Amino acid sequence: MSGSAAPVLEVNGVGVSLAGRRILHDVRFRIEPGEFVGLIGSNGAGKTTLLRLILGLQAPTEGTVVFDGANLRHGVIGYLPQKVALDADLPLRARDVVALGLDGQRLGIPLPSKRRRALVDELLAAVGASEFADTRVGQLSGGQQQRVLIAHALISRPRLLLLDEPLANLDIRSAQEIVELLARVSRERGIAVLLSAHDLNPLLPVMDRIVYLADGHAVAGTTDEVVQSAVLTKLYGRQVDVLRVKGRVLVVAGDEHDHGHDE
Amino acid sequence: MFSSFLINTWITASIVAVVAGLVGFFVVLRGSSFLAHAVPHGAFAGAAGATLLGLDPILGMGVFAVGGAVGVVTLGRRGRNDVVIALALVLMLASGALFLSLGNQYSAEVFSLLFGQLLGVSSSSLVPIVVLGIVCVLAVLVAYRPLLLASVLPDQAAARGISTFGMSVFFAVIVALATTLSVPVVGALLMFSLLVGPPAAARLFSPDPLRAIPLSIGFALVVVWFSIAAAYLSSLPVGFFVTLGSALLYAAGRGWFAISTRRPVAA
Amino acid sequence: MIAFFSSGPVQLALLVGTLVAAVSALVGVFTVLRRQSFAGHALADLGAVGGSAAFLLGIPQLVGFVGAGILAAGVMELVGIKRVQGRDVATGIVFGLGLGLTALFLYLDTQRAGTSNAAISVLFGSLFAIDASVLPLVILLSAVACLIVVVFFRWFLIDSLSQDLASVRGVPVRLTGILFLVALALAVELSALTIGAVLSTALLIAPAAAALRLTRRVGLAILIAIGVGVGSTWLGILMSFESYGWSGGAHSWPVSFCIVLVAVAAYLLSGIAVPVRTLTRRRLARVL
Repeated sequence: MSGSAAPVLEVNGVGVSLAGRRILHDVRFRIEPGEFVGLIGSNGAGKTTLLRLILGLQAPTEGTVVFDGANLRHGVIGYLPQKVALDADLPLRARDVVALGLDGQRLGIPLPSKRRRALVDELLAAVGASEFADTRVGQLSGGQQQRVLIAHALISRPRLLLLDEPLANLDIRSAQEIVELLARVSRERGIAVLLSAHDLNPLLPVMDRIVYLADGHAVAGTTDEVVQSAVLTKLYGRQVDVLRVKGRVLVVAGDEHDHGHDE
Repeated sequence: MFSSFLINTWITASIVAVVAGLVGFFVVLRGSSFLAHAVPHGAFAGAAGATLLGLDPILGMGVFAVGGAVGVVTLGRRGRNDVVIALALVLMLASGALFLSLGNQYSAEVFSLLFGQLLGVSSSSLVPIVVLGIVCVLAVLVAYRPLLLASVLPDQAAARGISTFGMSVFFAVIVALATTLSVPVVGALLMFSLLVGPPAAARLFSPDPLRAIPLSIGFALVVVWFSIAAAYLSSLPVGFFVTLGSALLYAAGRGWFAISTRRPVAA
Repeated sequence: MIAFFSSGPVQLALLVGTLVAAVSALVGVFTVLRRQSFAGHALADLGAVGGSAAFLLGIPQLVGFVGAGILAAGVMELVGIKRVQGRDVATGIVFGLGLGLTALFLYLDTQRAGTSNAAISVLFGSLFAIDASVLPLVILLSAVACLIVVVFFRWFLIDSLSQDLASVRGVPVRLTGILFLVALALAVELSALTIGAVLSTALLIAPAAAALRLTRRVGLAILIAIGVGVGSTWLGILMSFESYGWSGGAHSWPVSFCIVLVAVAAYLLSGIAVPVRTLTRRRLARVL
């Protein structure tokens, strides 16, 4: 992507301390319009905290988050949180969940409108959810629910879509389908995507850039720049080896634990 | 059965049913059954206290119910403090018993406040009940979408700038008002059934919220009308029939849901 | 004061009250540790069905309470409600139906006896009106509840820590759950006799929760809880007895209210006395 247009998001030296503990330290990166960025790190690396900061749900202890060249306004970022619990008997159909993404913050009962219905149908089709548009969301599979929730996040036409571990509970095939879907939507609609994951492999074919998070520190750049033994060794503060096997990347961190493995 | 003496009861009960069906839909959606269980306890103490002081019981109930509801939500926010909430409830009930014992009509008064009374509504208290009912319905209709979003997808709601805590307090106050207008007829201990039973049944019958809500209101009306008629004909307490009707409806809903979801959904 | 101790009903009330408070406090410590306060509340509500039906059947109220309580505990176990939660709609509707049945029975009691004292005594207890003939039954049931807790003390403790840990150590987890529910039902229904079905949670939870704020050692917590429970009961009985003169001599304060008030006050005081500390699993593990 060209660097001439204003970035969608700038994270400038952001740090967070909670109860004396440093969660994030001097994190800086930027996201250009339409870019697909992977936020990679193991559990507890601070991924969710970083996403909450960008959403404005939490205030940084230091640094600033600049959205679209201005201060953050609520509702302009599409968001898919990590845990979404939908009861099996929840009285909402897939289309109701998507419609809530359009005008969920507005007051009053939604009046039937052709334009509204057409928009919902269009989004359901865009994420491949037309088939189960009138099914209870609680009855859908994990991958189907993810599609519906992505449509919910997309329908208000955000410029940036944040997804917190959307692949965590999916089987390999569904995960791949969701990644392809996100890449297509990002490309077709010019929406920037920031997606957090603990494994970078499913994202390799689609990622424009990567933000690698470890112990609250981050490095950002293209995959080739960041996923290197020297860079990650410096980030983790101990020996990290990057192995490339048949187009897959294996990140093996020193003594205690390893990251990004999936075999 | 439709004498002028009972007409107030029919009117009040119908308002109670509409409000309970509508508010109850969100009680079940938010998993706030505990709130719906707790608030009437406060209302009982309030009514008893007001009776002792010679004030309007509805005023006492309103103050105590709103206070209790906001208290439960605030305590719940600071971690799940089950012990504190349970003890607060018991203290409320015990205070109610004390207030009533200091008055004169101890037993009869306790019984009707806890379990409801067919002739509990005078013409003068009809006006505040109608007003409270309209306030509850309007509040829910106006806040419908944010309330729905905050109940089902709280994280997404927060990301859109909706305060989920603010929504909880707002909703707790609505539950308190709904309880206040219902206690004289249905009773403090049994209001819970009406707030939870019909909506829990209705949501099993329809996946569309704009159909499930009218269905929930319809169910609540059927339960309440059936209960008044049965109570009048059998001269047994109205609250018993309310809990029985709610339980039967819910059982029917469960059965329907089990059958209708057995068919495989779209792959 | 002399009048207080020489009154026959007061002596019986003190005796029964002491026994019941001690059993409730003992079982209460495990109830709080196992986070089953809601189950205790539920058993109390359902026990009221039996308590109110007892009048109709002409059997002692305590038999009705305990019968319904044990039956409810059995059903809870059969349906597989492992940790009864307040959020669950189905559970709530069943409890609602229980209260509805209580309302029905109480009403029929009233019709039959011509007074509505039954409602008060089932819901809010009747410590001063206990029939001396139920004393042997109170003693027997208290003994059974204590025996269960004492014999299976370690099972309960390990099981409340972690069910997995308990299974690994060869503790029959399901049997432990059943045994605890029985002990819980007995404690709750005994309290229902003294301070009433809807208030019995106070004697179960307040002394135990107060004790667990003061110490993290389970043995000591049990002793403190029993002390607080028995103390609350005695003070409450005294308060109720003396209150006759306070409001112009017309009424005395209900004894249940007085006991609940003292017990809740004890819980609040325990929070002021020490900085709030929670019983951490690590600390508990050290006790084991």
